[in-house]
Amino acid sequence: MKSLDNKLMLGLLAFGIFGPVLFPDYTFQIALMWIMVLFAQTWDSMGGQMGYNSLGNIFFFGCGMYICTVTQVGLFYDVGDYTSATGSNVTFSDSQYFIGLGVGILAAGVGASVLAACLGWTVFGLRGPYFAIGTLGIALSAGELFGTWDWVGGGSGVAIPVYPGEADHKSMFFYTLCFLAAASTFLFYRWLFSTRFGLAVNAIRDDEGKADAMGLHTLRHKTVAWCFSAFFLGISGALFGNLTGFVEPLEVAFPTATFGIFMVAMSLLGGSGTFWGPVVGAIMFHVIKEATWTYFLGWQWVALGVIIIINVVYFQQGVVGWMQEKWPEKFGIEVDSSMSMEDEAKEAAQ
Amino acid sequence: MSNVIEVTGVSKSFGGVVANHQVSMEVPEGRITGLIGPNGSGKTTLFNSIVGYHPIDEGSIKFEGKEISKMNVQEIARLGMLRTFQQTRIYGKMNCIQNLLISIPHRNAKFMDMFAPYDKELTDKAEHLLEYVGLYQKRKLLSGDLSFGQQKLLEFAMALMNEPKVLLLDEPTAGINPTLINGLIDRLQRANTDFGITLFVIEHNMRVVMNLADNVYCLAHGEMLAHGVPEDIQSDQRVIDAYLGAH
Ligand SMILES: Nc1ncnc2c1ncn2[C@@H]1O[C@H](COP(=O)(O)OP(=O)(O)O)[C@@H](O)[C@H]1O
Ligand SMILES: [Mg+2]
Repeated sequence: MKSLDNKLMLGLLAFGIFGPVLFPDYTFQIALMWIMVLFAQTWDSMGGQMGYNSLGNIFFFGCGMYICTVTQVGLFYDVGDYTSATGSNVTFSDSQYFIGLGVGILAAGVGASVLAACLGWTVFGLRGPYFAIGTLGIALSAGELFGTWDWVGGGSGVAIPVYPGEADHKSMFFYTLCFLAAASTFLFYRWLFSTRFGLAVNAIRDDEGKADAMGLHTLRHKTVAWCFSAFFLGISGALFGNLTGFVEPLEVAFPTATFGIFMVAMSLLGGSGTFWGPVVGAIMFHVIKEATWTYFLGWQWVALGVIIIINVVYFQQGVVGWMQEKWPEKFGIEVDSSMSMEDEAKEAAQ
Repeated sequence: MSNVIEVTGVSKSFGGVVANHQVSMEVPEGRITGLIGPNGSGKTTLFNSIVGYHPIDEGSIKFEGKEISKMNVQEIARLGMLRTFQQTRIYGKMNCIQNLLISIPHRNAKFMDMFAPYDKELTDKAEHLLEYVGLYQKRKLLSGDLSFGQQKLLEFAMALMNEPKVLLLDEPTAGINPTLINGLIDRLQRANTDFGITLFVIEHNMRVVMNLADNVYCLAHGEMLAHGVPEDIQSDQRVIDAYLGAH
């Protein structure tokens, strides 16, 4: 497994570097694919690993996007003036642009985490479907609330400061940032799940009541897990906003019915609760989605729906989950077929 | 000799069902105390009250002299009082070693401890305890795939990993292959002598309690009926009636 692990990582690294060189026309799609990988991994760190299925993680994506935009503008101009003139009244110097972007991305991550910490205290009282619907409610109401908030452009949105350079440079620049964000997320979770934190969230998933009874700080772990998710989602929102150039509440910042659901669907497709599952699922899902968009235009939603249905009805363990069942040794899992009564008798004899 | 647990006048009802009525009892430090009673007499309810699983209606519960009846499950567990479950609860999708590793004491857990690695010392301790309960061969198997009896042993090992001062065991021998019971009694006794853990054991099986405990309480219909050394309890007419009446 270790060597396969390294090969997969090398493969992804190579594709990350050479992908846009080999397929320059698809730079945006590949950048989006890395964002999808980040989506799936942050979702599964809660859903698959901890058993808390959030339907509202897109909230942090949207908040990160707005926080970044407001920072990019607000560091140098009055945000209200800027939005009411839809950004046509100002220009940003190169240094203003890059400083604003850098600070904005960081603020997006930190701000989203702070929101997660605040929400966590209330939301983690909910279990099972109540948690799912509670988080969905947060995301939906955020979309509506931002739509009425004129300071950030209300329902008609706000333009993000324009990249000071050629279009080609811009797309490579943001491609690189998206890839770095996904890679950092991946490496971060790889480390995180090798620490005590990994077992703790798995224990919460398997039996939270038992974990409580053993004295584990369950709320602390749940809140921190959500803050980590929110941090990377906030950053992805900041990047996606800049990639699009325009922030608007319902379609771009809080697309609950598309990106918000894709997060879940991708994790399930790849194998929820496995480390590689979300990564594999996100890449497969994205490729399938882009292909159906190209070749089955008009039927793309039907095609995606069919994949999701087949996945949840016939193939719940997902691709990596299925591989784990088929070749457990390769994943470091031991199984024992000669079990139970016989063993007990043996033990009794000892 | 001091008492680690002191329960005074505790009552608990569920709707109209009075599960515990004015129950008082003590668990002396370093000993093995038994709790018997027919099914539905309120034994598990008393355990749940002691470990903070639900709020009690009235009365006082003290652990090492400190009132704990308003504290929650996690806080009480961190004081060093653990319980195992009648229905056996383990982390089914994790292997046995992982089940033990996550059961280390969280008494003084600092924030950054969440991100600490598991050092060799802990892994060794986990393996040692699995050996102690006879599950070493199974250490890398998913615990959910173990037999019921093995899961009970695993849950016991998890409790030991947590280094509790007091361990409350809810019917540790229920559902275990009868040939295994003597081995389990032996291990419980050794947990008491080797690790110095005070035990408080609910047990339906009279033979087990009489072998294990040095003093026994008997509950019937939610009220404390009798208390004494095993020999006296065994021959107590009220206890015999309660058991006969329940069957
Ligand atoms: N959570 C609960 N809700 C309602 N009734 C309960 C609950 N827990 C226990 N009871 C009732 O309280 C009584 C005592 O139950 P319990 O403490 O489980 O008995 P024991 O462990 O001695 O068999 C029973 O009548 C049971 O039905
Ligand atoms: Mg019971």
